[in-house]
Amino acid sequence: MSEEEIQEAEDRRIEEAVETSDIAIKVRGLKNSFGDQVVHEHLDLDVRKGEILGVVGGSGTGKSVLMRSIIGLQTPDEGEVCVFGESMIGRLDDEALAIRKRWGVLFQGGALFSTLTVAENVEVPIREYYPNIGPQLRDEIAAYKIRLTGLPTEAGPKYPSELSGGMKKRAGLARALALDPDLLFLDEPTAGLDPIGAAAFDDQTRKLQQTLGLTVFLITHDLDTLYSICDRVAVLADKKVIAVGTIAELLALDHPWIQEYFNGPRGRAATAAVEREKGKAANKPTDGRQ
Amino acid sequence: MNKAADLAEETGDGGTVIRLSGNLAIACLHDLPARLDGLQGPVNAIDLSQVDHIDTIGAWTVHRTAKRLGAEVVGGDEDACRLIAAVGQLDEPVPIRPDKVHPLRRVVGQIGEAVCNSGATLLGLLGFFGATLVASWSLIRHPGRFRWNAVIQRFEVVGVSALGIIGLMSFLIGIVIAQQGSVQLRQFGMEMLTINLVGRLTFRELGVLMTAIMVAGRSGSAFAAQLGTMKLTEEVDAMRTIGVSPMEALVLPRTLAVVVMMPLLGFYSSIVAVIGGGFLCWVALEIPPITFVQRLREVVPITDLWVGLIKAPVFGIIIALSGCFQGMQVKANAEEVGMRTTAAVVQAIFLVIVIDAFFAVFFTWVGWN
Repeated sequence: MSEEEIQEAEDRRIEEAVETSDIAIKVRGLKNSFGDQVVHEHLDLDVRKGEILGVVGGSGTGKSVLMRSIIGLQTPDEGEVCVFGESMIGRLDDEALAIRKRWGVLFQGGALFSTLTVAENVEVPIREYYPNIGPQLRDEIAAYKIRLTGLPTEAGPKYPSELSGGMKKRAGLARALALDPDLLFLDEPTAGLDPIGAAAFDDQTRKLQQTLGLTVFLITHDLDTLYSICDRVAVLADKKVIAVGTIAELLALDHPWIQEYFNGPRGRAATAAVEREKGKAANKPTDGRQ
Repeated sequence: MNKAADLAEETGDGGTVIRLSGNLAIACLHDLPARLDGLQGPVNAIDLSQVDHIDTIGAWTVHRTAKRLGAEVVGGDEDACRLIAAVGQLDEPVPIRPDKVHPLRRVVGQIGEAVCNSGATLLGLLGFFGATLVASWSLIRHPGRFRWNAVIQRFEVVGVSALGIIGLMSFLIGIVIAQQGSVQLRQFGMEMLTINLVGRLTFRELGVLMTAIMVAGRSGSAFAAQLGTMKLTEEVDAMRTIGVSPMEALVLPRTLAVVVMMPLLGFYSSIVAVIGGGFLCWVALEIPPITFVQRLREVVPITDLWVGLIKAPVFGIIIALSGCFQGMQVKANAEEVGMRTTAAVVQAIFLVIVIDAFFAVFFTWVGWN
């Protein structure tokens, strides 16, 4: 091999590395099954760094199972899952720890530890992973994380059972953000919230994503969430991801489920709402001038 | 990128400057927060120009140090400025845990609370007993609403499934009583009295009492956990809205099952315990079974059996009611289910023993010795 060729191969390798380093989560050939029931087969998915990826699909298509496979709560039958370029399958707990510190997970019901206060819940990951952070600083970190997610200061010393559903989600988000993760998993964050609360939560997610430079893997049924904050949407059906793209790109595809999902009555309402929003924004300056 | 965070202090013409360097993310902070805390003012500026990366925790550390020392933050890149500004806006004390109380006050408070709780539990249990009676009365007037299936199913769970463990326990207890009794009685040369001991003790007291304890542990706890979980998942509320009374659908079948099963299990337990005792007498004291039975019929009056059988359904009511009552008290979280389950068993066994003492006095008074 001549020197040039070596150089070329080296260049190619770097190029590939740059290309893959853009990907936060890489899933290839994933297969999951429970008994005879196959949930995923040959599932491929890429999540780019710094994007909010919405994951949609009918009930029972395995959205949560996909998330659980990525974060290592469910060992897939086959396939490869890479997070930040590190393979997560078959890793020992100790080895996966370094990656685990880089993500935060918000479970559907918040999954707060019921015997700890909200603030103590936020402190758990810090206490667990970074004992070098003193108690004083830890309390302060918990305090600003709680404020960061839009919870009132009174929520700090409350126990999860004393919180409303929306506050539980925010508290869960505060805990997920405790270690300043690069990657955030949200499992139906706006389910069960009132429209105002849901919109506020979406707003907060967007703002946090921009401030902290997060990559967000967001499972949702909420069309408003998809339209307002997701950069791309992945559609789960037929045991795999059938399409990934912006909503406009997805609408251009001729898949019956996608068409029904986005063009059903609820889908149309959400589209109309987005249009209205855009119209308002466009009209405002003209109104001001008159 | 993963260079550990570090600091250097420089004193020049413009006063003291702290230069931070490296990666100010939580993973690389190490002892930096502690070192920053150790610094004394006055410091004019904190220089971030050598910082390669920062997260909000690093930003917060810088923010609090700058605030404490009255220093100005300089030289940060866009990211750092944005994050420090963002966390600065959130600087507001948040209480972490509920306020601490003085230990003495806490102890006194806890005693008071415990007294109030026991009073409330006793009242609640009485009220619950009343509600059960009311529900039974309405069921007697409308027998069509009775849930036979639920009751039969409980019969199996409470009674039939318990046969194995209660049998084994009773057999062993019979052996232990006979063995311990014979050792003591041998000193007086009255080994034959072992039969009196085994027969009277098991029929009057131990058969039913041990059964009650076993049923409280097996079924009372299960009732509390089942109903508690149903309360948590709002199943009980759903029943009410559909017009099904939880008292009728949940509490009565369970209570009835235990009340019916307790005398049967108690009788079974007494018999097995006597068999256990007889077995030991046969093996260790060489009293043949036929003699054992003959002697048993002479020394154990039939009233002993009645004493046991009368007590059994009362114990059953206590066990079922404390289980169901504690289960229905669950309100907040999963932890409470566990607590209530424990409380149900402890309460049931305690009340059973208290009532047993009353029964002992009562039966002596009526002359069933």
